[in-house]
Amino acid sequence: MQISTLGPEQHRTTTVGTAAPAKRVEQLDRVVIRFAGDSGDGMQLTGDRFTSETAQLGNDISTLPNFPAEIRAPAGTLPGVSSFQVHFADYDILTPGDAPNVLVAMNPAALKANLAELPAGADIIVNTDEFTKRNLAKVGYATSPLDDDSLSEYAVHPVALTSMTVGALADAGVSKKDAERAKNMFALGLLSWMYSRPFESTLRFLERKFAKRPELVAANKAAFQAGWNYGETTEAFTVRYEVKPAKMRPGTYRNITGNQALSLGLVAAGVRSQLPVFLGAYPITPASDILHELSKHKRFGVTTMQAEDEIAAIGAALGAAYGGALGVTTTSGPGVALKGETISLAIALELPLVIVDVQRAGPSTGMPTKTEQADLNMALFGRHGEAPLAVIAPKSPSDCFHAAIEAARIAVTYRTPVILLSDNYVANGSEPWLLPSVDELPDLQVPFATEPNTADGRFLPYLRDPQTMARPWAVPGTPGLEHRIGGLEKADKTGDISYDPANHEFMVRTRQQRIDTIAVPDVDVEDPEENARVLVLGWGSTYGPIGAACRALRQRGLPIAQAHLRHLAPLPANLGEVLAGYDKVVIPEMNLGQLAQLIRAKYLIDAVAFNQISGLPFTAATLENMLEDVVKNG
Amino acid sequence: MANPVELKLTAKDFKSDQEVRWCPGCGDYSILAAMQRFMPELGIPRHNIVFVSGIGCSSRFPYYMNTYGMHSIHGRAPAIATGLSASRPDLSVWVVTGDGDALSIGGNHLIHALRRNVNLKILLFNNRIYGLTKGQYSPTSEIGKITKSTPAGSADSPFNPLSLALGAEATFVARTIDSDAKHLQSVLRAAATHQGSAFVEIYQNCNIFNDGAFELIKDPSTRDEHLIRLEQGQPITFGTDARYSVVHPEGSFGLKVQEGGTPLIHDATVDDPAYAFALSRLSGSDLTTTPIGVFRNVHRPSYDEIVRKQVHDAKTQATGTPEQMLGELLNTGDTWTIL
Repeated sequence: MQISTLGPEQHRTTTVGTAAPAKRVEQLDRVVIRFAGDSGDGMQLTGDRFTSETAQLGNDISTLPNFPAEIRAPAGTLPGVSSFQVHFADYDILTPGDAPNVLVAMNPAALKANLAELPAGADIIVNTDEFTKRNLAKVGYATSPLDDDSLSEYAVHPVALTSMTVGALADAGVSKKDAERAKNMFALGLLSWMYSRPFESTLRFLERKFAKRPELVAANKAAFQAGWNYGETTEAFTVRYEVKPAKMRPGTYRNITGNQALSLGLVAAGVRSQLPVFLGAYPITPASDILHELSKHKRFGVTTMQAEDEIAAIGAALGAAYGGALGVTTTSGPGVALKGETISLAIALELPLVIVDVQRAGPSTGMPTKTEQADLNMALFGRHGEAPLAVIAPKSPSDCFHAAIEAARIAVTYRTPVILLSDNYVANGSEPWLLPSVDELPDLQVPFATEPNTADGRFLPYLRDPQTMARPWAVPGTPGLEHRIGGLEKADKTGDISYDPANHEFMVRTRQQRIDTIAVPDVDVEDPEENARVLVLGWGSTYGPIGAACRALRQRGLPIAQAHLRHLAPLPANLGEVLAGYDKVVIPEMNLGQLAQLIRAKYLIDAVAFNQISGLPFTAATLENMLEDVVKNG
Repeated sequence: MANPVELKLTAKDFKSDQEVRWCPGCGDYSILAAMQRFMPELGIPRHNIVFVSGIGCSSRFPYYMNTYGMHSIHGRAPAIATGLSASRPDLSVWVVTGDGDALSIGGNHLIHALRRNVNLKILLFNNRIYGLTKGQYSPTSEIGKITKSTPAGSADSPFNPLSLALGAEATFVARTIDSDAKHLQSVLRAAATHQGSAFVEIYQNCNIFNDGAFELIKDPSTRDEHLIRLEQGQPITFGTDARYSVVHPEGSFGLKVQEGGTPLIHDATVDDPAYAFALSRLSGSDLTTTPIGVFRNVHRPSYDEIVRKQVHDAKTQATGTPEQMLGELLNTGDTWTIL
């Protein structure tokens, strides 16, 4: 990834002149906008559309939705606030931005819930129509913050969003309720004008979305137009902004969330392995979207089964894998806990299986729509007996595509379950994805066993491939290879039931060795000046904020090295050597130090754990401050 | 199906090389022998047959069949077999389970496999006891059962497995007995030809922990007074000179056994599961009136058929190679190109 020459936290503002009739146009290098409103206000959709317009323009983008677990918490309350943050820039960015420059607050709750994160000087666009006595009281405002000086350090733009939308749609032939509901399009129109976004994709989207109700297409388009015109013609907004396209690698892009990318990666893995994908899943936040997405792709031979519970979901996937499918189960932490016994069975049976854990804040139900990385220990160790398997983690939304393919590669090549540790942050966040060409994707084909494998014509189901240590994948239906497998300890080679002590010792060690010898790429270190004494080591979704913090430090002349783990089991072979090359190793994680504990134990180094368990991703600033202290003070 | 004569299989072909390790005298031996004798009749090559089991004495069954087999984990065999069957319609998939495995730890998977009508043949060996863990009461043990874990007698009412299966609207429901090889094979035959889930309860004697549990309906001196043999199209009568009839008293929801009267004519193909359910309620823990045979045998599309058809239809409508389709899929939505 190319390194920007601009400080990622700094704004560059250049006034380029005045546009008729008195609207200045300012150039910005980056903007962070947060759309916030009630759960029913359509903020996710608004953010999504703004993102799509921004993608069309060619900015680099990173987004972060933040919504409550309740589908509709009581209207106008703090728990009901839903928001969508989009960060776009004229250079490559790594995070959805620490703090918004612009807050769109559709009601008092949205203002109150987000105000603390706004830096002084930020723009606030408020929907004044919702600042009623009743709504103010719901969130504990004694007086309207619009009427006192509590917002004096911000640039507040009061806009009567609801009433102007309703006014604009007076002749649109829609109910007052439908007209009010279009206020998010008014807001989108206004913001699209303010940031000079191309809006054709939004108009096309509205035509698709309301295809069955032409009056709503017209009404929403009119609301969008009214918002745009409000910015263009009234005195309320005097400045319009532009963010130039980013210099991105040539190619075709689309904006994609982690869950979408992961789903497409599984489809691609099916195509590249020439195996039918079988997904067994039980609905769970934040993983359900993978089930929804894969259920649309039956034409690739993908079968999806919504099972009766988490255990049945993995059981069916394992049964399908036994029959020669690419078996997959998708879930979140509580589901992995339930699947543990079946994962152990898959380890004993030595069958390929992909287990996707989209982590959320725990324990127990925890905070289902908030992010965390606290399932690492469970993925690595959370089973009975010595039950090793492979664990990998994606580092960004689009990387979920490649991580899914890598999980499938390891599973089918080495005949082992693989846990893929995504999390809510990458699963629901989005970024532009440079589309790969299909023939560049790895070839995942592995042969099934078709013949006996001994000189005397017998078939030994646990006779291993000397390179991969994988046993033959002999699927039912293959003549002459009838055999029985099971969870009882198996004799080496024959797979017969065995209670022999020496055999058990051999098999336990062999199962560990099978995982240890999986070929995984070395970990890369990013240290442009090659003079860093401090290494920051991360895994999974912290890549973006760690990377942004490292860039900021280097910008300020503070050298720091960054290494990021995709493979958690087995760890890259060069990791010990990499760690030994630095005076200090810092490991930021959204847990209480699970990787740090492992690194300390395995490599006997005094790694520093830096932990945040708030349900929110690290901000770049948090990590920058922490790392600055380590770099300066050791 | 291939012609059984051409395959030239015999019971011996279905015996695996593994030493059978059930207790001497266990009812499982006779079920295994009956199965191995019956299998050649199916006309299915051994490599297209799979036995999947859970945990328990009965679940060792797959090791002894020279077919494909998986001895899985406690209660989960129906779930594993569902994934196998739904993705491999070419296979004949059998689930072997016990009363603890199927009705306690795996109860959820059993009822959901049955409601989905997955193309599985589920054989529940019911010995009314936990054998492998050495003698605790099971979900089919009679209330008050004194076992190692219930020295004062169990407080749980037992499941009637057939009533449970019928409540889940299983399309094929039958009961048979380990010691009656001829009846056992006739039921297996009917189950094997059924499209969809076939649920077969097999009363099985555990001579170590629950010996004689079914003696009342096995002992030739008492059997005929208590055992009701269901035959399709035949009046439901039993006892010496068929002196007892199963009748449907007017105004009653259920069925009743009485001396004389007009017996019902058995019809397992009645679509409404209420009839088979009423039949299943004749037998209780005391076995005094116990029907065996096929209770219900109706047709409903199997889960496998529906799922395979959806995938097949989607594939048929698709154009291009999988690689081309994947390329198109990746390029879906609002894309933009940087030159």
